[in-house]
Amino acid sequence: MEVPILKQGEVLIATFQAALSDADLEHLRRGLVQQVVKLRSRGVIVDVTAMDVMDSFASRTLREIAHMIRLRGAETVIVGIQPEVAFAMVQLGLTLEGVATALDLEEGLAYLIQKFKNID
Amino acid sequence: MAKREVSSKDSGTRDNPRVELVRSEAPSELLRELVAHLRQNRTQLREEWVVRISETRLLTAMTKEEIFAEATSVYDSYVEALETEAFEALQAYARNLSERIIPRGVETHEVVGIVLLLRDVLARSLFAKYQTDFKKLNRILDAYEPAANRIANTVAVGFVQERERVIRQQQEAIRELSTPVLQVRERLLILPIIGVIDPQRARQLTEQLLRGIRTNRAKVVVIDITGVAAMDVTVANHLVQTVEASRLLGATVIVTGLSPEIAQTLVTIGVDLGKMNTVGDLQGGIEQAERLLGYKVVTLAETR
Repeated sequence: MEVPILKQGEVLIATFQAALSDADLEHLRRGLVQQVVKLRSRGVIVDVTAMDVMDSFASRTLREIAHMIRLRGAETVIVGIQPEVAFAMVQLGLTLEGVATALDLEEGLAYLIQKFKNID
Repeated sequence: MAKREVSSKDSGTRDNPRVELVRSEAPSELLRELVAHLRQNRTQLREEWVVRISETRLLTAMTKEEIFAEATSVYDSYVEALETEAFEALQAYARNLSERIIPRGVETHEVVGIVLLLRDVLARSLFAKYQTDFKKLNRILDAYEPAANRIANTVAVGFVQERERVIRQQQEAIRELSTPVLQVRERLLILPIIGVIDPQRARQLTEQLLRGIRTNRAKVVVIDITGVAAMDVTVANHLVQTVEASRLLGATVIVTGLSPEIAQTLVTIGVDLGKMNTVGDLQGGIEQAERLLGYKVVTLAETR
């Protein structure tokens, strides 16, 4: 399943649909980084609102996406983690350490814009 | 208990000459006769029952009029259950009755007690009626006893189920009341915790907080544990998890009011204090939260 990647100014927005296979996640990781390079984006928002479960592979992939994008000088924010999913994640020890998180798309954009201002 | 003669149910003994085959009524006929007797003598038997109830000092929480009113309906339901063997209906009736009398302070032993008293009163009246025909008395009791036992059981279980439901409801209410999530500014929540936290309460706390963060779009949460005397390692871990889960929802947590004992526990379990934002007291915590959110509080004198 292809994850749609939308462009909003200097920010890319990737919205997860409910069930993503490991192959889908791999595909997304490569696709996102390629787009960041091609479009010279400064920020990426990954919206996981529709995810009702997060396993260790998904969590690791998200961390890798964030790290790879940071190597391109861009910032990643994961948004929309549901309360039940957050609870389950911390119980499994999946903390997404080192990756910025925000409540939703609005907050994620606000965070990035603030970050860009601080850098500029 | 006296040995019973073979009843008409036991058709296998028709060929066995040693056992006397008794031509008698079918169990359902016996039951009908029994129920008719109980209905005919309803007034008298009910009265006798009510007298026994006050003699044994049961249902002291209720007035004589209330007891009489309930007794009438219980008596009728009892006899109906004997007749129809509809025990689900009886259990529903029992739960309904329990819902009414539990708030009046009626206890389990009282409910079981009065049902057994009724059983006895009715059994005695059967003895009285059939005392001249011992064989028939036995057959009548054969029909009566299993049904009466089932009724006593059903009513008791219905009552206890209702009690347990009420207790669960009350526990839930207490739990909810004791962990309120309060918004004190835009994007700022406070979670004051008081008392003992067990793992179940800790879990409920976390769920309530996460829901509160999402509903109020909070960016900062101050969890105040001044009112918590001690915390074991399990609960301390829950607290750390709460902080981490809140971060996943984009909120920063400030923990305030740690007692020396709790501080020791946290250090012992090796909490990465870099991950946990702590401030001495609630006031300090709120002030830091306001700074994080870009608020500044000034007295009016300063602004003039």
